[in-house]
Amino acid sequence: MAKTVVIDPVTRIEGHAKISIYLDDAGTVEDARFHVVEYRGFEKFCEGRPFTEMAGITARICGICPVSHLLAAAKTGDKILAVKVPPAAEKLRRLMNLGQITQSHALSFFHLSSPDFLLGWDSDPAKRNVFGLIASDPDLARAGIRLRQFGQTVIELLGARKIHAAWTVPGGVRSPLSEEGRQWIRDRLPESFETVNLAIGLFKNLIDNQLQDEVKVFGSFPSLFMGLVGKNGEWEHYDGHLRFTDSQGDIVADHLSEDDYPKFLGEAVEKWSYLKFPYYKPLGYPDGIYRVGPLARLNVCNQIGTEAADRELQEFRDRAGGVPTSSFFYHYARLIEIVAALEQIQILMDDPDIVSSRVRATGGVNQLEGIGVSEAPRGTLFHHYQVDENGLIRKVNLIIATGHNNLAMNQTITQIAKQYVHGPEIAEGMLNRVEAGIRCYDPCLSCSTHAAGQMPLHIQIVGSDGKLVNEVYRN
Amino acid sequence: MSVKTLKIDGIDIAIEEGATVLDAARQAGVPIPTLCHLDGVGDIGACRLCLVEVGGSRRLLPACVTEVAEGMEVQTNTPKLQEYRRMTVELLFSEGNHVCAVCVANGHCELQDVAIQVGMDHSRFTYRFPDRGVDVSHEQFGIDHNRCILCTRCVRVCDEIEGAHVWDVAQRGAACYIVSGLNQPWGEVDACTSCGKCVDACPTGAIFRKGSTTGEKERDRAKLDFLVTAREKHEWTR
Ligand code: SF4
Ligand code: FES
Repeated sequence: MAKTVVIDPVTRIEGHAKISIYLDDAGTVEDARFHVVEYRGFEKFCEGRPFTEMAGITARICGICPVSHLLAAAKTGDKILAVKVPPAAEKLRRLMNLGQITQSHALSFFHLSSPDFLLGWDSDPAKRNVFGLIASDPDLARAGIRLRQFGQTVIELLGARKIHAAWTVPGGVRSPLSEEGRQWIRDRLPESFETVNLAIGLFKNLIDNQLQDEVKVFGSFPSLFMGLVGKNGEWEHYDGHLRFTDSQGDIVADHLSEDDYPKFLGEAVEKWSYLKFPYYKPLGYPDGIYRVGPLARLNVCNQIGTEAADRELQEFRDRAGGVPTSSFFYHYARLIEIVAALEQIQILMDDPDIVSSRVRATGGVNQLEGIGVSEAPRGTLFHHYQVDENGLIRKVNLIIATGHNNLAMNQTITQIAKQYVHGPEIAEGMLNRVEAGIRCYDPCLSCSTHAAGQMPLHIQIVGSDGKLVNEVYRN
Repeated sequence: MSVKTLKIDGIDIAIEEGATVLDAARQAGVPIPTLCHLDGVGDIGACRLCLVEVGGSRRLLPACVTEVAEGMEVQTNTPKLQEYRRMTVELLFSEGNHVCAVCVANGHCELQDVAIQVGMDHSRFTYRFPDRGVDVSHEQFGIDHNRCILCTRCVRVCDEIEGAHVWDVAQRGAACYIVSGLNQPWGEVDACTSCGKCVDACPTGAIFRKGSTTGEKERDRAKLDFLVTAREKHEWTR
């Protein structure tokens, strides 16, 4: 009799989810599905609001990466005003996003994922978390927490608060960085570099040794990658154009503008998940599977553009023996992106513009539609608004990073379940691996279902006759 | 001018005839929460936040429109009043759609201040979630009826200080709302001089400068004070 295993809720991701594992008659895994069971309706309740409020409203979608929404909303607002933001404002917005990338990646690595790597997949689940990490390696845990705090403080210094700082506005930002703020950032940079280098060294050693299998089965499959790149094809997180590359490293499409996203991105819907399934239109659904986020950004760019990060990028590619296609490399990519972010923050600290007071362009409603894009820590984020003559929102569409990765997340858990699940028995360590497959993407389900709901893990094992044969809940 | 003597919360006060209990309390340094009162324009007793107990009267009286009388004994902070005030503020919150987190006035809002002052931490009443509109047809300003508490400060400041009388109240009871002109979009009202006094007068984020984002509305109350002093005392100093 065929069976299904369901993991519900999935832990240590941001939001709530359920995993179903389908078994055939022989008890081997046939398929696995990642269900997002949240529904929130943000797009609906933005309707009728002034577009200038969108940054404030959409930032509330997420307490982990509100900055990404602040940026995408402000960039969409720029387009409605039809203004070019002052150079100082662009640099300040970049600075905030770099702070965001640093804090979010540090959270993902140190707080959420490293307990698995460092304490072991089969270790006691009660201790396999950041507190367990503090008990076993207090120095590393402390350094990780301080690195995240560094990123958070960069955001706070700019926006006057750590989360939901409504500091970006259509046309620019509200205020520059203070001199004291600049000094604080400068002082904390060396320590932050030290921490990320420590983590990179540790992680390289792990994938070369204990974690070789994970690299092979945690989402190792060909797919497209999408991300923003700069004018010269360099790593980008705020502006530039969109590029798709394949698993051989060839460019599939380049110089795409966010304005045309409906032409190259389709959104499929499956009745078992609230999360939509975007795909690359020219290849159709589901062949148009692509990944976004840290791994994708490192795969689509020619180079990063700063010294230490470029050195790490080269080593990253060498280690993978070509294009890194395993989703387990997301963790590695995150650490390299922290290096890149810190280097770019360092450069910005010497830029006189970041303390300039010319930071906000004004204008009226000059365009009735706008599409804005930015790279959130988890991947490309689109905001698309239509407004009336007076700037009241008529329609909103948000495409969130976790959505882009939906197809890939499903493929990843299927691959892991095939490797580690045999029959209806559910071993704790196995469940944890399946979840960890999801965690590679550092998914943020509050964001992705912005579109109401509950994320602790629920796994169900379902037989071929569709009957539930085993299930586990974990809160 | 004759002078009246009275007691507010046990404090003896002497004040000229015709002053209100609110004036007297302020002179004595006794705080009474208010919302619809705005210095410089006439009082109408709309919000009922300033209710006080007056010896000899079984009804609670609004301090802003109650004139002082000889030998009056006023209580401003009895448990009964505290309870009524809190309830009034809770009702204001449940009546409209006040989403502080994304409001232009967040952190600079008199409704929020009053909620803190009366110790309101949640509303015991069910939120009505009314379906109200936003009018941003004016070149510079917008009005979000979701945030309006119908204090009519905008109506009075526009009528009494600016002399334009753009604003009025339409309908009755729970259906009441503020209208510009003869219920036209604000941007089409010729009488509006775009002076912005209503923005400064509005206690919440209901009337705002277009383009303002969360927490950005900081009103220039000194400007209204300046105008009032200029008119009443013929002194043009700020
Ligand atoms: S718009 Fe503002 S000032 Fe006018 S009645 Fe409403 S809350 Fe009062
Ligand atoms: S202030 Fe007296 S009733 Fe509003």
